[in-house]
Amino acid sequence: MENRFGIALAKLKTPTIVVAGLVLATLPLFGGQFLNYLMLTFFAYAITVMGFNLLFGYTGLLSFGHALFMTVGAYTAAFLTSTFSVPYMEVILVVAVIVAALLAALIGAICVRYIKIYFAMLTLAFGMLFYTFLLKFYFLTGGDEGMRVLRPYLLGFNQAETPKMDFLTGSYYIYALVVLAVLTFVMWRIVSSPFGLCLKAIRDNPEKAEYLGVSVKKYRWYAFVISAAYAAVGGAILAPAVGQVDPGLTYWTHSGTLVFMTLLGGFEYFFGPLLGGIIYIFLQDKVMSLTPYWRFIFGAILAFVVIVAPGGVAGIIGSFVRRRTQRG
Amino acid sequence: METILNILFSGVFHASTLFLVAAGLQVVFGVQKVFNLACGTLYALGAYFGITVVRVFVDHGFPKPLFILPLIAAGLIIGLVGPLIERGLMRFVYDRDETFQLLLTFGIVMMLEDVIKFVWGTSPQSTGGLDLVYGQLNVLGATVPVYNLIVIACSLLIAGLMGYLIMNTRFGRIVRATADKKEMSEALGINMRSVYIKVFTLGTVLGTLGGALVVPTGAAVSEMGMELIVLAFAVVVIGGLGSMKGAFAGALIVGILKSLAISIYPELEMLTIYVIVIAVLVIKPQGLFGSAGV
Repeated sequence: MENRFGIALAKLKTPTIVVAGLVLATLPLFGGQFLNYLMLTFFAYAITVMGFNLLFGYTGLLSFGHALFMTVGAYTAAFLTSTFSVPYMEVILVVAVIVAALLAALIGAICVRYIKIYFAMLTLAFGMLFYTFLLKFYFLTGGDEGMRVLRPYLLGFNQAETPKMDFLTGSYYIYALVVLAVLTFVMWRIVSSPFGLCLKAIRDNPEKAEYLGVSVKKYRWYAFVISAAYAAVGGAILAPAVGQVDPGLTYWTHSGTLVFMTLLGGFEYFFGPLLGGIIYIFLQDKVMSLTPYWRFIFGAILAFVVIVAPGGVAGIIGSFVRRRTQRG
Repeated sequence: METILNILFSGVFHASTLFLVAAGLQVVFGVQKVFNLACGTLYALGAYFGITVVRVFVDHGFPKPLFILPLIAAGLIIGLVGPLIERGLMRFVYDRDETFQLLLTFGIVMMLEDVIKFVWGTSPQSTGGLDLVYGQLNVLGATVPVYNLIVIACSLLIAGLMGYLIMNTRFGRIVRATADKKEMSEALGINMRSVYIKVFTLGTVLGTLGGALVVPTGAAVSEMGMELIVLAFAVVVIGGLGSMKGAFAGALIVGILKSLAISIYPELEMLTIYVIVIAVLVIKPQGLFGSAGV
């Protein structure tokens, strides 16, 4: 796994990434508004699944309640803009990270004592606990109707005059893209640092890692908190784009969607989850316009990926590239 | 006294259907080591199919009080999707990491949910109070629908049968041996393929039967499967993964807790259940009756 990972990354040279970034940045000039709006959704999910994969792909822990932290971010945006009239996006992001990290520190301390199915179940239970909390305490959270998210100020600028879609596909788009780029860079540094190596060691052989002096539980806990912070940023970016938050965000199926994206793209690769996110969002848009039964098709895709191609799309590309290089 | 009895009866009624679904989850987890997220959706499938069959039965002029017979038959017949799912999908992932097994069942949930939507639509389906043909019974001041008592009795009967099947039959011995040490039983010449098919079918039938039995008292709605899976999940976590006794005890706890919360403080209904689930996972992750190592 380690080898394949290295090869794929070596293939992804810096120029490729720069070109991809430039294309994304100039998309608002050329692409239609709807395309940009989908891309904006993708940015939010990209940040979330990138954090999720630190836990899943790198540390080997499957969280089935990760949407909880995305929801924390989204509701932070809702509370700050609607209830407390704090419209500054930077404040929202910072508060979202702090709240999610604190909550994750608490929940993580309990969850990381377990692995595999028990970890998955415990995170699922916490996600659903939060769901019922949001649903039942309607005087605080608006219950199943959720809350409105007002338009935030970006870097202190109030853009109330700009039409909604122009704002979202214009300045907000660029803002989200920059956040994504910065966080991708940070995540890249995290996984290639000694800390990231420790996480991988824990995933592959926890006993050995412990023997070598890596505090397994502590490192799992760090990974849990970081991934929660990423999810919160993703949620905070998503909320103003949708303009509304509701408890469905933390329902267990939404957590399942995050796992789905990660697996679809390929959890063994750094950019796999991002690839999965973009495929998921565009495919969902396409399939939903064709049939109301898009979940059936997605369920079938998930079954196919699990059975035939557990490495996801990135895994397929990776093995194809490897075969080509071996032949050449 | 009256309220207490009412709470108790509705709690036990909840518990009886929860037990069936949870028992289905447990058998499959015990043998295949797969946590089947689709058990809730199978329950919904049983409910919808049960309604259709009962409607046809009544429309053809058969005596109404006999509706329970086609209902049970419906629950059993639709359970035959079990071997289809097992052969078509599940069998490919037995040797894989449990993460992938869990995700495959999640994929099955997505597919089955849409199959139900495709066949029955999204509007609620009900038998129109057919369960009331059996009348109501007055027990110490509390009114209990007789049909609910029948469901409880059915569930107890099935629990007994399951206990007999697992403890006293050849099939049960094989199942227990496989749950314990798969390689060893395979080495002793047990046909894993057939054990897996049978066990998965058993698990499916328990779920669909549970759905069929419960549906006359309410309506089949599109969210019922998704809602039940989290309850069944709570049941098996509290009772202990893979344990039949655990499914029984867990179902009673969750069922009674649910009806207790509904009548006292509805806001706390599910909240209390999740708090207990988390408490159990933290304090005794193997559950009340589980023996699986953590």
